[in-house]
Amino acid sequence: MIKARVTVTLKNGVLDPQGKAIGHALSGLGFDGVGSVRQGKVFDIEIEGDDRAAAEADLKAMCDKLLANTVIEDYSVTLI
Amino acid sequence: MKTAVVLLPGLNRDRDMIAALTKISGTPPVTIWQTETEIADDIDLVVVPGGFSYGDYLRCGAIAARMPVLRALKEKAERGTRVIGVCNGFQILVEAGLLPGALMRNASLKFVCREVKLEVANASTSFTSGYTQGQIIRCPVAHHDGNYVADETTLKSIEDKGQVVFRYAEGTNPNGSMNDIAGIVNEAGNVLGMMPHPENLIEAAHGGDDGRALFAAALEVAA
Repeated sequence: MIKARVTVTLKNGVLDPQGKAIGHALSGLGFDGVGSVRQGKVFDIEIEGDDRAAAEADLKAMCDKLLANTVIEDYSVTLI
Repeated sequence: MKTAVVLLPGLNRDRDMIAALTKISGTPPVTIWQTETEIADDIDLVVVPGGFSYGDYLRCGAIAARMPVLRALKEKAERGTRVIGVCNGFQILVEAGLLPGALMRNASLKFVCREVKLEVANASTSFTSGYTQGQIIRCPVAHHDGNYVADETTLKSIEDKGQVVFRYAEGTNPNGSMNDIAGIVNEAGNVLGMMPHPENLIEAAHGGDDGRALFAAALEVAA
């Protein structure tokens, strides 16, 4: 069994009103010095078998086809 | 003209759309469930209505866009059939790659449900020929993710090619969309996506009929 973590974040330059609101809320809680906050998504995915190279290729295809909208988002794949 | 409405779990504006198409075309549309792999050749207009397909999970429209019916719709659109996506339907068409750009969370982070003004930015498409260029019409909106975003190159390209057909007018942009974009067509001009709901303003009982001309044009019937 291969375990992987996929992280999807907004591309640089894409406005992130949710991240901005979270940043404001952190400042409101008294955390001084919070600069930019960008929010994103994390997927923990289990894949059967032990072919790590094939799993990584599959995971990238999953990102391109569904997990990320590459018009506005970047992704990274990490095998754990 | 024969019409069809695509059905997916979580859509909730399908009945409004079916009522509008029935009233304006004179014939009820056929409905096409998400698992269908083909759309009949004699269908002239396919509409993807609004709602919350798949609970807006992952991204609005993302999962719906990967259903078999959307593959069939893409093929049919490539053959020139007219397609309209409204609200979640617009999000689905964008996710499926039938239209450029993306629809993000409203800049206000709030769900907006109100009436806006739309400027007809291109009256020479098969969907907008019943309006005059620059005409201001009323239209309701109801969405949480209608903030149209595209990269600089795409934005310039759709502007230059007249693909922006509706813009929020008179300061009524409810979601922060770039260039006040409310609705666009594909390059071929046979696929329209828009966040506002023209199907909810087609008769006196709605308080106005500004949306009627859009369907009348697409169906080639008198408004």
